[in-house]
Amino acid sequence: MTKPKLAVWKFASCDGCQLSLLDCEDELLSLAGEIDIANFREASRAVVEGPYDLSLVEGSITTPHDRERIVEVRAQSKYLVTIGACATAGGIQALRNFKDVKDFISIVYAHPEYIDTLETSTPIAAHVHVDYELHGCPINKKQLLEVINSFLHKRKPDIPSYSVCIECKRRGTPCVTVSHGIACLGPVTHAGCGAICPAYNRGCYGCYGPKETPNTESLARWLRGNEMISEEDMLRLFRTFNADAPAFKKESERHE
Amino acid sequence: MKKTDSPAACIDRKDIDALFAALKAEGYALVGPTVQNGVIVYDDISTAGDLPIGWRDEQEAGTYRLKKRGDAALFGYNVGPQAWKKFLFPPREKLWTADKTRHAIAFHPETPDAPGYAFIGVRACDIHAIRVQDKVFMSKNHANPRYKARREKAFILAVNCGQAAKTCFCMSMNTGPKAEDGFDLALTEIIGDSHYFVVETGTEQGKALLDKIPHRAANEDDLKSAAACTDNAKNEMGRKLDTTGLKDILSRNYENPRWEIVAERCLTCANCTMVCPTCFCSTVEDTTDLAGNHAERWQTWDSCFTMDFTHLHGGGSVRHSEKARYRQWMTHKLSTWFDQFDTSGCVGCGRCIAWCPVGIDITEEAAALRTSDGEKND
Amino acid sequence: MTEPALNDPMLPMPFVVVENIKNNPDCTLLAVRPVDSSHLCLYKPGQFFMLYAFGYGEVPISINSDPSLKHSLTFTIRDVGGVTAALCALEPGDPLGVRGPFGNGWPMEDLAGRDVIVMAGGLGCVPLRPVVYHLLQNRKDYGRVSLLYGSRKPEAFLFNKELQIWKRHIDVRLIVDDPAPNWDGPFGHTTDLVKNLEIDKDNTSVMICGPEIMINLSADKMLELGIPPQHVHISMERNMKCAIGQCGRCQFGPDFICKDGPVFAYDKVVERLLDIKEV
Repeated sequence: MTKPKLAVWKFASCDGCQLSLLDCEDELLSLAGEIDIANFREASRAVVEGPYDLSLVEGSITTPHDRERIVEVRAQSKYLVTIGACATAGGIQALRNFKDVKDFISIVYAHPEYIDTLETSTPIAAHVHVDYELHGCPINKKQLLEVINSFLHKRKPDIPSYSVCIECKRRGTPCVTVSHGIACLGPVTHAGCGAICPAYNRGCYGCYGPKETPNTESLARWLRGNEMISEEDMLRLFRTFNADAPAFKKESERHE
Repeated sequence: MKKTDSPAACIDRKDIDALFAALKAEGYALVGPTVQNGVIVYDDISTAGDLPIGWRDEQEAGTYRLKKRGDAALFGYNVGPQAWKKFLFPPREKLWTADKTRHAIAFHPETPDAPGYAFIGVRACDIHAIRVQDKVFMSKNHANPRYKARREKAFILAVNCGQAAKTCFCMSMNTGPKAEDGFDLALTEIIGDSHYFVVETGTEQGKALLDKIPHRAANEDDLKSAAACTDNAKNEMGRKLDTTGLKDILSRNYENPRWEIVAERCLTCANCTMVCPTCFCSTVEDTTDLAGNHAERWQTWDSCFTMDFTHLHGGGSVRHSEKARYRQWMTHKLSTWFDQFDTSGCVGCGRCIAWCPVGIDITEEAAALRTSDGEKND
Repeated sequence: MTEPALNDPMLPMPFVVVENIKNNPDCTLLAVRPVDSSHLCLYKPGQFFMLYAFGYGEVPISINSDPSLKHSLTFTIRDVGGVTAALCALEPGDPLGVRGPFGNGWPMEDLAGRDVIVMAGGLGCVPLRPVVYHLLQNRKDYGRVSLLYGSRKPEAFLFNKELQIWKRHIDVRLIVDDPAPNWDGPFGHTTDLVKNLEIDKDNTSVMICGPEIMINLSADKMLELGIPPQHVHISMERNMKCAIGQCGRCQFGPDFICKDGPVFAYDKVVERLLDIKEV
């Protein structure tokens, strides 16, 4: 039996999510035993031609060229999984969606005329059909392995979409909002990171994007009502790596 | 556990370490309250010095702060965010492993890893909570063998509360502030001219342990001081929950506009269920290695607030609205729990009130439903 | 009834597949037997087992066997992906895990001497198949027996061969949702099959299983015809992980579907089913 072919693609991103795959060290060998890593430029220059059984796509769409390239990637991919906040929500670079990108270009680049960019940074799913989205900035390598494992064995990935609070309480971390008045996005954020920040007495930054049924309005009202955060910082809290995820976007706009 | 007829005794503060040492000598693993990052959590302890000496907690809906008491009390605070279920029913536990060959699966049960815990400083409300979970996990037909093994070995050193938090309502639930039974030994901390503990023995094991450490018989004054201590907790009791007819009020108010109001605030984050000492819901994770020959099943704490909890193929989640999920939790606690287990699912510890990140208060919600139920029936 | 002799109620027993028969495009009939024959438990029609597909997980599946056949258990499983797909793909000789039986089952003992109407919608016919076998094998203990069975499409009927045999002994009526070229029978809802059905409302018991909406419509129809709700029995479905009342998932108000159900008398649950949403 031939092994399924895996390809890893990069769009506008920092490469951190692809690195999670290399970070799998111990499991990488057994992974290579089950799947043919056919196209993964971060790891090897050897490229096997498509089509591919599984494509992992990192990054968002920010240029006209990428907008065309993702369509080609989709055409070569039987099953396409987007990985990370850039690919699933537009990433930190989606902050441009709230401003005029031309203003940035003229400030940042000596020769703005060389820059060919779109006005927005958009998730892959805004352009092509996506079979599964794995959230996180960066993604969790165990969850990535679970997605690949579930693909290999044709089952649904066991990736819960509930709050970070559940992970926090399972690991025994008391709520930082309740005990220290720290503004934390945990109650509205998708689990997956293992609740790292609250374990180090920091509020959740929402790296994994909105959870299922996120009640951002109630959380924001409470944090503001109890003076845990200023209106300005509230806007920033919702406008980070998942700024363009609809629930976070809508909430941030309430604090403009 | 049967109550013994032993008369109350007294232990000096300095002999608490002897008590702990005696427990250790019996092979118990001591776990109890410790201060970690400004919160009282349960962890391994060794001596009285590991306890939150001189701390008290200020609790209100959605807030918890530790403050100095101004004395050297060992147990001068109330319950924190963790419950003893973290030891008896751990948040994540392997149930079994399995290995597959072409024509066979070999299932390997996970032998209960059951240290004999000595729970130090169990409050009356939490003794009741443990009993509530006993009813779930130690049913005659289908006992959870891991829970049962740990529970049967556990030594309970109770502490009667001498103070109450603003979130406490054990008096309404008839679960405290004094532990009446369900303990091996129960302490009441007295701080006056001297610092000592009045001890009641609940079991033969408790009595045997007490006999190993320095103690004296309690006199009338000691018992008065202990009663005054409990009275103080009663006077400080921060909240009330009127339970008269409450089971029926909830069962006839599945449709009530109040659920919409609370749903606007509820984050469905599940914190209330995680901190609740009686919440028992769980899920399982079935995993395999990449080659697919070795499988494991893990049980983890779950919550009725998640969408997956009631997910049905082809039908989505039965309780998809926030309103239905909050209603399920509260109605279960205060009403349907009686039908299922012949007891309240709420013990009045107040954890869900303090640890709700937006301060939703079960006593306030119950009172609002009662009022609106009354108006409907007028 | 014997309780399974397990120290750990969450530990599956090793079983192997004896037979795998495609019932229709979505459904597979799986016959399984225990590796250790002492693990074959007695069960009642309407009870269910937890079937474990290696590495995929576990799902509750109604027992489907003819209760008189003791050497194996049969299940009809619809492939909705995941665990069910893995179960449907098992071939004879393949291993799986089984826990059970769980739940209360149909109240067969209360039905003696009465007329019986069995109403099935789609896959709801599965837990009712042992009922039909029981009725056929004890035919003289019961009055008139009717099976009213509705399906989305003609090809989705389960147990086609058996239906033909059953027709000789009991009143079998079939209906499909919409007109279809390969169907010369009636179309409409299962409830339409009660037309011309002679009902002795004081001496009839009804058993209904199917999608929740079908259950509600059918039960209401029976009430309309004057059958008291305590004689209308329904079988319900909810998400469950443990089947022993400990995971909390299958709660339906005060009841756990896994141990207080899955079969309920309609009078006990009608309010929660119809008047209240999302219980």
